[in-house]
Amino acid sequence: MIRFLVTKIALLIPTFVGVTLLTFAMIRLIPGDPILLLAGERGIDPDRYAELRTQYGFDKPLLIQYGNYIVDVLQGDLGRSIVTKKPVLTEFLTLFPATIELSLCAMIFAVLVGLPVGIIAGVRRGTIWDHSVMGVSLTGYSMPIFWWGLLLIILFSVNLGWTPVSGRISLLYYFDSVTGFMLIDSLLSGQEGAFRSAVSHLILPSIVLGTIPLAVIARMTRSSMLEVLNEDYVRTARAKGLPPVRVIGLHALRNALIPVVTVIGLQVGVLLAGAILTETIFSWPGIGKWLIESVHRRDYPALQGGILLVAIVVMLVNLSVDLLYGLINPRIRHRR
Amino acid sequence: MAALVEIRNLSVEFQTARGSFRAVDGIDLTIEAGEVVGIVGESGSGKSVSMLALMGLIVWPGKVQADRLTFDGHDLLAMTPAQRRRIIGKDIAMVFQEPITSLNPCFTVGFQIMETLAVHEGGSRADRRRRTVELLGQVGIPAPESRLSSFPHQLSGGMNQRVMIAMAIACNPRLLIADEPTTALDVTIQAQILDLLVNLQQDRGMALTLITHDMGVVAETAERVIVMYAGQQVEEQPVDALFANPAHPYTAALLDALPERSAGRRRLATIPGVVPGIEDRPRGCLFHPRCRFAEQRCVDEQPLLVPDARGRFVRCHYALVDGEPTNKEPGSIRGEPQRETTP
Ligand SMILES: Nc1ncnc2c1ncn2[C@@H]1O[C@H](COP(=O)(O)OP(=O)(O)OP(=O)(O)O)[C@@H](O)[C@H]1O
Ligand SMILES: [Mg+2]
Repeated sequence: MIRFLVTKIALLIPTFVGVTLLTFAMIRLIPGDPILLLAGERGIDPDRYAELRTQYGFDKPLLIQYGNYIVDVLQGDLGRSIVTKKPVLTEFLTLFPATIELSLCAMIFAVLVGLPVGIIAGVRRGTIWDHSVMGVSLTGYSMPIFWWGLLLIILFSVNLGWTPVSGRISLLYYFDSVTGFMLIDSLLSGQEGAFRSAVSHLILPSIVLGTIPLAVIARMTRSSMLEVLNEDYVRTARAKGLPPVRVIGLHALRNALIPVVTVIGLQVGVLLAGAILTETIFSWPGIGKWLIESVHRRDYPALQGGILLVAIVVMLVNLSVDLLYGLINPRIRHRR
Repeated sequence: MAALVEIRNLSVEFQTARGSFRAVDGIDLTIEAGEVVGIVGESGSGKSVSMLALMGLIVWPGKVQADRLTFDGHDLLAMTPAQRRRIIGKDIAMVFQEPITSLNPCFTVGFQIMETLAVHEGGSRADRRRRTVELLGQVGIPAPESRLSSFPHQLSGGMNQRVMIAMAIACNPRLLIADEPTTALDVTIQAQILDLLVNLQQDRGMALTLITHDMGVVAETAERVIVMYAGQQVEEQPVDALFANPAHPYTAALLDALPERSAGRRRLATIPGVVPGIEDRPRGCLFHPRCRFAEQRCVDEQPLLVPDARGRFVRCHYALVDGEPTNKEPGSIRGEPQRETTP
């Protein structure tokens, strides 16, 4: 187990180098100068421009800039945003709960719908149930998030008026953030209707963001279930006289879940990537929206730091999925 | 009193891409309480499928049909699935061929045995635990207490098969079906497992159906033998009579393949050809292409499973007596297929 952990953690090092190098280079490949953009239409005095360039270190050769950046990062310093002048880490931490809340709800939606639907498709293989589940999930998988989000907004927000179009909560409510999670904060605030409002704001973005993971989970569950249902131990379970609910829901599902959990873990990366688009569509004040704005402003430190932090989160999640995998699969747990 | 199990004209068909395939074709079988019945036949002859049909374990695309299928006088075919599940695993239990894949890798052996007890007998958790330890002891697992929390992959094949047997006998079944319980095990372990099954059968007075393709095992354990070929039952006799005087040429060929019966021959006898599959099912007697006594009638007309002149149930027009076909019409000899034996 310890060796397993050490190898996994050792693998994080090349990933770290790759992520920092890639974001550093990519950002600078986008045309545009952060200082000029900051100055806006009025323009900037050449002396002041040179002064600012030195201040931010943009006058040094790229390799030196990268070296300085890495040294800072290793000391835990992600720098300050050029635009807001606040530390990148602080900005990230204030916005991150909103993204977690959205991603978590999207994932819960994807699992709660994807698992049962995949099980039904697997158990009722070849029936109309199976075909419709597979057809719909393939459509969901290939649906561009942007288009899908707008479609849902037009239908539910504009035409039916069931859900709000954007934001995390209605402007009628104001309270201080305690946990950063709107669902919890709105409850804590004690204001009537605040929680309802927070929930209604979450519904559409969660569905949009959860659609692709849902499709992936449903398909994986189905194929895993199909495979497991042919196994000898499922026949044994039936030979014991167990009711079908127990045969499928316990004996088959427990084994079928093993690959599904891995897939769910891998979807976390997909989810955070999708959050960038979803947050933009729904003006959701999270990391995704912040990163997009930072791109527009060429806010190099914010982008570098933000992407690095997102990458670290994804890696940590994948690591815990690996650990969880050992937990649900006894054959791995006991292997030394 | 009614027999424990009565099966009349049981067939199982599988719907495949190339049409339907009869894996089991008209089996008649009666099992009396406390009796040991052997079912023998080559691989693919439908031994497992026919017993799975009795258990109600044939799933889509398989289809089971029978004129009569009863357990202890109760009509299994007329039961609801829930009623049938009360019998399966309790009164009729089955041990499978592959012990390692037949146990669920995600649950401990203790859990898997206790689950059977919970479904059929209820009782308190402590009770079930005590019973399980007892059962593991009965099937010869050392330190049964400490084995409760083992996962199947932590045990050897032989130990897993003992766990399977413990699970099968947990609710004191009246019929235990053992489907080639030793095929996947080492030779030394095979004898131990067979001994265990026979001892359990005698101690508990339960009926035992032993599926095997090993005639030697049948000779040692069974009282009555069913011989199957290509989904059909070709012969049924008490074990001594069968070994002394096989009536069907296929049985005779199987016996000839036994090493202890090949005294004086340098090579073991083999049966030329293979069991017909879905594509090449012959007309007439299914065995005729491989039978060294086959006549024109065997090609034209399918024999029925009826008692011959000596009262033996055999599916052959010319049932053997002392190795020679009987009631042949003179002058109808077809060319003999070669035997693959050196004299
Ligand atoms: N689910 C299934 N679908 C299609 N055909 C099947 C299925 N299960 C069994 N069969 C076929 O039924 C026939 C009989 O199989 P069965 O398992 O009863 O043979 P067996 O006598 O037990 O052989 P073995 O000694 O190999 O266990 C085989 O030809 C097999 O291919
Ligand atoms: Mg078999």
